[in-house]
Amino acid sequence: MVNIGGARMIEVGTVLVEKVFYVDRELLRAYADASGDQNPIHQNEEFALSVGLPNVIAHGMLTMALVGKYVTDWAGGSAAVKEYSARFTKPVIVPAGVKVDLTVSATVAEVNGNEVSLTLSATSAGVKVLGMAKAVVVK
Amino acid sequence: MINPDSVGRTFEGADSLTVSQSEIDAFCAVISETDTTVAPPTFSIRISLSQYESILTQPEIGVDWTRLVHGDQKFEIYRPIVAGDVFKCSATIETLRVAAGNEIISVRSDLHNGSELVVSSWSTLVVRA
Repeated sequence: MVNIGGARMIEVGTVLVEKVFYVDRELLRAYADASGDQNPIHQNEEFALSVGLPNVIAHGMLTMALVGKYVTDWAGGSAAVKEYSARFTKPVIVPAGVKVDLTVSATVAEVNGNEVSLTLSATSAGVKVLGMAKAVVVK
Repeated sequence: MINPDSVGRTFEGADSLTVSQSEIDAFCAVISETDTTVAPPTFSIRISLSQYESILTQPEIGVDWTRLVHGDQKFEIYRPIVAGDVFKCSATIETLRVAAGNEIISVRSDLHNGSELVVSSWSTLVVRA
């Protein structure tokens, strides 16, 4: 981002400041209630292991909600988002008693009038958890 | 197994769902969003997923919900959701394919408030072998 005469210029290639969110079992419980998705793979370690997962995993949609917060903080609010998409490539693994990172960054991919397309990156424990993640916002 | 005849068909959810402020507040709280006047961009999944479960598990379609994994998700948001919106949710089975025994379906969900289309979303759901 370049500041010219006090105005913030957004151009293709502008890199947004990285942000780290923290995810723990308590957040997974809160998201399960808020979203209605009570799948036990997101809360019950024994169950998660029994279906071949390495541990309890975060809801893909929780990851997407947090990355969405990153986008709306930059864009100026929830109402700014017109399109938002992602592929859930790897799970965010959430062992008991720890907070795992969700590290988010973005690059401006396209500017079309007041519409800005962002290419989003999200990793946890160094592993890419979202693929082809993109948002279109009005800014 | 998912019924291949369901591909291309649209199923209407049985329920009309009224969005409450407390639902928006709870969703905002999880992501530390302090502006609760509109719903966050992914809020509509709360509505779509609950409707998907009741629609897609009908014997006519036959999705095994217990083996379901979310592959990808896309939203097109025509205006933000607010408290008081009353939604009817449809599910259109757009494609079905089988890979290594996994059934992979893409489903489109349209949320209408009366005649107004507010959010369209696309979910790829994988029923694991």
